[in-house]
Amino acid sequence: MTYRAIGRMLFLITSMAWLAGCTSIEPWVKPYERDRLADPIMALEGDPVSTAYIQHVFEAREGARGGEGAAGGGCGCN
Amino acid sequence: MLKRGIAILMFGLLAGPAVAGVLPEDRSDALYHLYVGGGVEIDGPSILVRKQVGKSVSLVGNYYVDYVSSASIDVVTTASPYTEEREQYSFGIDYLRGNTTMRANYISSTESDFDSTTYSFSVSQDMFGDLTTLTLGYAYGEDIVGRSDDPTFSRDNRRQQYSVGVTQILTRNLIAALNVETATDEGFLNNPYRSVRYLDPNVASGFSFEPELYPATRTSNAVGLRARYFLPYRAAVELEYRFFVDTWDIQGNTVGLTYIHPMGPFTFTVKGRYHDQTSAHFYRDLFPRSQATNFRGRDKELSELTSYTLKLKASYQFVDENKGWSFVKKATVTASIDMISIDYHDFSDLRAGAPIGSESLYQLEANVFQIFVSLWY
Repeated sequence: MTYRAIGRMLFLITSMAWLAGCTSIEPWVKPYERDRLADPIMALEGDPVSTAYIQHVFEAREGARGGEGAAGGGCGCN
Repeated sequence: MLKRGIAILMFGLLAGPAVAGVLPEDRSDALYHLYVGGGVEIDGPSILVRKQVGKSVSLVGNYYVDYVSSASIDVVTTASPYTEEREQYSFGIDYLRGNTTMRANYISSTESDFDSTTYSFSVSQDMFGDLTTLTLGYAYGEDIVGRSDDPTFSRDNRRQQYSVGVTQILTRNLIAALNVETATDEGFLNNPYRSVRYLDPNVASGFSFEPELYPATRTSNAVGLRARYFLPYRAAVELEYRFFVDTWDIQGNTVGLTYIHPMGPFTFTVKGRYHDQTSAHFYRDLFPRSQATNFRGRDKELSELTSYTLKLKASYQFVDENKGWSFVKKATVTASIDMISIDYHDFSDLRAGAPIGSESLYQLEANVFQIFVSLWY
């Protein structure tokens, strides 16, 4: 992946944030439909201490790093 | 290589699950970790405490220790077994305002020959009826690299990390996360103890060793995508993929598949992980002569390799959230094992003393054990 491709991706993501301020998008998953997403088994970062530790192990044993986190671990249902 | 990036990883821990619009849950975790493999044993505790203060602030602290006892293949072939201890403290604050959560963290790690300090800041914003969470993050770190056998040796590193993440609810059963991360390091990036091997006709073995010399800069880019799906019965499956590339010509692909199955108070998790990477451009298992190239390394983590991991994990909830106990709303105890197998495609095992060209390739088998108690209050 080139730097240009990454730049385009960052631009798209940032544009989404700006769009949020000037458009009104109807949520297609209503709050009352998010019960399954609120189940603890759907938490992307359910055990933060354990996750950070095992990512550290992999980073120490492999040449790659980063990109394995989640911007949000919840369901936005609160 | 083992030490760099630890603090930045812990930035993710302190940031926690970044649900903008809601502060992270109050919880504490006490974890014991044990890594055994390749002649290395590393164990120690990790304690995390997170507590909300008022309506809009959450504080978090973490104490983490590694007790290292190493007789790894690097140590056996070019140095002496050693023991050391690494201690790390970190503190963070989350501030919630509307649908925006701002986070600041400080991390300090010390050991006998390596000190590291990291500052980080991130902002998360909920959008589109809370279906989307966008997070922008920045971290800055400084390291001081020393040598235990030379008190006058001191070198500096500077690390910076930029990240953009989006978590998106796609359907009532499917949530996905995209994470883009750029990290750039500058300074003394090689291990001061590690050596490279080169052909030397003047010695009986046919080869000698000399210190590694890495480029003074490294920039890496990683794009990770995860998607978790709630199955038609109460269980979940997650698929994850990461693409990695850096200016040292390492290119990696990582794939993971996880299955999570609750059963009464128990939750069982099985995960398979596969990682494959190319080598750094200055990596050689055997250089043709001394100082053959401008930069040179024989760190097996920078070589071409394939890694396989099977994770088994079981969690038992001993305080139910519907009943609670004293001030504790919910409590779990969790045990896990990660069985790691790494095939190095261009890193010879020199321990047998085989003639040059006929050495077998090294393979690492390691087990990682974790047991931890988590309390929500």
